[in-house]
Amino acid sequence: MKLELRGITKRFPGVVANDNVNLSLNTGEVLSLIGENGAGKSTLMSVLYGMYKPDEGQIVIDGTELVFTSPADAIAAGIGMVHQHFMLVPVFTVAENVVLGVEPTGTLGKLNIDEARRMVREISDKYNLDLDPDAVIEDLPVGVQQRVEIVKVLLRDAKVVVFDEPTAVLTPSEIIEFFEIVKTLVSAGRGVVFITHKLKEALNIADRIAVLRRGKVVGEVDPKTATESHIAEMMVGRPVQLTVEKNSAEAGDVVLKVTDLTVLDADGRTHVEKVSFEVHAGEIVGIAGVQGNGQTELVEALTGLRKATSGVIALDGKDLTHSNPRERHQMGMAHIPEDRQRQGLVGGLSVAENLVLTRYHDDQFSHGVIVEWDAADAMAETLIGEYDIRTPNKETGVGTLSGGNQQKVIVARELSRDLRLTIAAQPTRGVDVGSIEYIHSRIVKERDAGTAVLIVSTELEEVMALSDRLLVMYRGKVVAELDPKKVTPMEVGLYMAGSRPDSAVTA
Amino acid sequence: MKNLFNKLGERLNRVSSMKLTLLAVLSALIVGAFIIIFSDVDNLKNGDILGAISTVGSAYWALVVGSFGSLRAISNTINSSTPLILCGVSVAIAFKAGLFNIGATGQMLAGGMTALWVGFAMDGPGIIQVPLAILAGAIGGAVFGAIPGVLKARTGAHEVITTIMLNNMAAFFILWLLKTDLFQREDRTDPISKLVSAQGRLPRLFGFLDGRSDLVAHIGFIVAIGAVVAYWWFLKKTTTGFEFRAYGLNADAATYAGMHVKRLTVLSMVFAGGFAGLAGAAEVLGTYGYASTNFAGNIGFDAIAIALLGQSSPLGTMFAAILFGALQAGGRQMQTNSDVPIDLIIVLRALIVMFIAAPLLIKTIWRTKSAHVSAGQTFRGWGS
Repeated sequence: MKLELRGITKRFPGVVANDNVNLSLNTGEVLSLIGENGAGKSTLMSVLYGMYKPDEGQIVIDGTELVFTSPADAIAAGIGMVHQHFMLVPVFTVAENVVLGVEPTGTLGKLNIDEARRMVREISDKYNLDLDPDAVIEDLPVGVQQRVEIVKVLLRDAKVVVFDEPTAVLTPSEIIEFFEIVKTLVSAGRGVVFITHKLKEALNIADRIAVLRRGKVVGEVDPKTATESHIAEMMVGRPVQLTVEKNSAEAGDVVLKVTDLTVLDADGRTHVEKVSFEVHAGEIVGIAGVQGNGQTELVEALTGLRKATSGVIALDGKDLTHSNPRERHQMGMAHIPEDRQRQGLVGGLSVAENLVLTRYHDDQFSHGVIVEWDAADAMAETLIGEYDIRTPNKETGVGTLSGGNQQKVIVARELSRDLRLTIAAQPTRGVDVGSIEYIHSRIVKERDAGTAVLIVSTELEEVMALSDRLLVMYRGKVVAELDPKKVTPMEVGLYMAGSRPDSAVTA
Repeated sequence: MKNLFNKLGERLNRVSSMKLTLLAVLSALIVGAFIIIFSDVDNLKNGDILGAISTVGSAYWALVVGSFGSLRAISNTINSSTPLILCGVSVAIAFKAGLFNIGATGQMLAGGMTALWVGFAMDGPGIIQVPLAILAGAIGGAVFGAIPGVLKARTGAHEVITTIMLNNMAAFFILWLLKTDLFQREDRTDPISKLVSAQGRLPRLFGFLDGRSDLVAHIGFIVAIGAVVAYWWFLKKTTTGFEFRAYGLNADAATYAGMHVKRLTVLSMVFAGGFAGLAGAAEVLGTYGYASTNFAGNIGFDAIAIALLGQSSPLGTMFAAILFGALQAGGRQMQTNSDVPIDLIIVLRALIVMFIAAPLLIKTIWRTKSAHVSAGQTFRGWGS
C-alpha cells in the first residue's frame, strides 16, 4: 500500500496549520514526522485520521483519492492511530479493551470473550508483544498499555500505524522495547508514521525524516546522513544550541532541607515515602524518574499545594511544612508547575494579568483592595521585552500563545523577583527548541545568582544536562544520588526502572 | 502599526461575540414569527397567509410599542427590568467565580423579607429608612447566600443542589413567617404581610410628574444600575475581583497562585446573595409595598438565562435584563392589541437562550465566519 498526502492545506481562523503539505509513505518503512509544538504535526495527522476535513488537497491510497469524514473511514482505509494519551478503559481487561467497538459476538449479541482472548493472543504472539489478555489495564505499566493500543490498531487491520509522541511516557528501556516493536511491524509489511520532537529517536528509528515548520514541510532528510543540529536548525529556522552551557556549581549554604517527607493521598496511598535531601544555594539538583513515581506529589508538597503527611520541609532553616502556597511564595520560593495549562496560567486572562497572577497582592501592585493595573502593565511591558515573550501585546489572552511563549510567561513571572529557591517541574515540556534553549539559560543564570534550584523532569537528557547533582525517584523513594557527569543515561535509566545497575544483568 | 492591527482584531472578536448574541435574538424572533403564523388558525383556515403574516407584524409592533413606545411603556419596562438586572448580576458574579447560583430566588425572598421588616417595623424619615431597608435586603440575601457557599467550601456540597433545596426552604419559611403575628397583616387570614410604611416605600422615578400615578417605576432601578457599576468596578479594579476571575476560569491555577479559594467560594455566594437580596428589597419596597408568598416569582430563574445571554459581563447582563424586561412589558400590550398570547414571550426567551447556547447553530444559519466564539460563562462540573 502506498499512502500519499497531496497538497494538504488546513486553515484555522488566523493560522494556516498545514500549508500545502505533500508526504508519502510506503508500507514497510518508518516515516518520522518531526517539528516543534505548533508546527502542524497533530493537525496533519488529524486530517489523515478523518478528524479534520482539509481545506485543500487529497489523501490518496494506492492511486485512489479518498475522502474521510470520520476516523471510522480512516480505519476502514487501513489507517490506525496510537494516541499520546491512551484511549483505554482502566477497569477492563486487555481483551475487553482491544475488542471494544468490534466485539466478536454470538447469538443475541452475546460477547464472545474467548474469541476476543484468542484474537489478542494471536496478534500478541505474531508481533512479540507479550500480552496477557486477562490482565486489567490499570494494573499494567504504561509501556504495556501502549502495546494494548498497538494490538487494538492491528486488530482493525491497519496497514499504516501512526504513533503520536509515543515515547513521551516511556522509560529508556521501554523505549528500546518500543523500537523493537516498530521494527517488527515494519518487517511484517506495515507502514509506520512516528511523530516526535525528539531528534535522537527520529534518527534512530526512521527510514526517512520529514521536518515540519509552521505548517510546511521544510524538507526531508535521510537519517543516515543527517545530524541532530542540522535537523534542529530546520525545525527552528536558525542554528540552535542543543547542549546546556554552564560552569561548575559553587554550592553555598543549605537553602531547602527536606527530612523524611512522606505524602499520602486521600485514599491512603503512599506517593512519597521518607524522602530526605538538601538543595544548596547556587546549585541545581535534578530529580529524574519515570512519570508517576511521586515527583508530582513531592513538588506539590514542597510548594504547599498538598499536605505533607509527615516529615519536615525547611527553607533557610525555617520550618514551612504547614505554610500555605502564598506564605512560601513570599519567603522567596518560585514554582514553575509541571502543567502550565492546568496550574501555571489562566488561559482566559491576558498576558499582563497572568504575569501578576502570583503577585497582584504585593504592595507594588495593589493599594488596599485596589489593583494598580498601571504598575502591573508597566511590569508586563518590561518582562515581555526582557524574556522575549512573543505576543501581539500584553492584553492578548495567554491561552492563544504558543507553548513556548506560555512557558516564558510563567518563567518571567516566577524568576523576575528576589528568590531563595526555584522549583521547576517539567520546565520545557511541550516547548519548542528555541524556547528550551532560552529557559535553560535562564535557570542556569538563576543558579549563578545564588538561588537554590530544584529541577524535576521526566526528560532524562534535560535533567542530566542541567543538574549539578541528580536524584532518582522510584515508587515514591529517592533510590539514588548520582553525579550527572559520571553516569550514563542508561545507568540512570536502570535506577528509574527500579533496578540497581550493579545487580542488574549487563545488557 | 502591527500593534494597532492586533488591537483592532481583538476588538472585532469581541464585537463578533456580541454579533452572535444579536443574531441569536434575531433568530428567535424569526422562529417566533413562524410560531405566530402557524398558530393563527383563523387566518390560516381562510387561506389568508398574508393576514397571518400581518398578525406577526402587529404582534411585534405591539411588543415595541408596549415596551418603549410611551413614557408609560418605558416605565413598565424599567419596572420589569429592575429585579432582573439585580438577580442577573447575582447569577453573573457567581458565574465569574465558577459557581452556578440557582438560588437567586431564595436569596431574593430572604432579602425581601428582611427589607420588609425594616420597612414596616421602623418608622423614621424616608431618607434614613429607605437606605436602611435596602441595606437590610442586601444583608438578608447575603446571609442566606452564604449558606451554600460555606457548605461548598467546608464539605464540597455542590451549590446547584444546595441552592435549589434552599429555594424551597426559603419559600416554606416565608409561608410560615407571613402567618406569624410579626408579619401578617392584621385583618387577613391568608399569608400576606403588613404594608411598608409610606416613608419606607421606594420613591417613584417619575414622581415629579403630577397626576401620573400609572408610572410605577421606582428608584430600585437606580439601585440596579448602581449594582451594575459596582459589579464592573469590582471585577476590573479590585484584588478580590481579579481573584474571582482567575478562580472562575481556572481553579487549579488560582490555588497554585496562593489564592484562598475556599474564602472565594463563600465570598462569591455572599455577593451573589447580596445582589439577589437587593432585588427582593426592590420588589417589596418598590413594586408591591408588601410581601406575598411568591413575590420572587420566576425572576431568579430568568436571571440565569440573563447572565448567560450577557456572558456574565456587567454591561451584557444589564442589557440582557432590560431586553427580558422589555419583552415582559411589551408582552402585555401584545396580548391586548393582537390575539397573540403573552406565552409567546416565554417561547421567545427560551429560543434566545437556546440559540445562545448553540453558537455553532447560529454560525451555520447565518454563515458567519467569526474567529472567536465565546460560549458564555460556564461553571465548573461536578466534584470540583
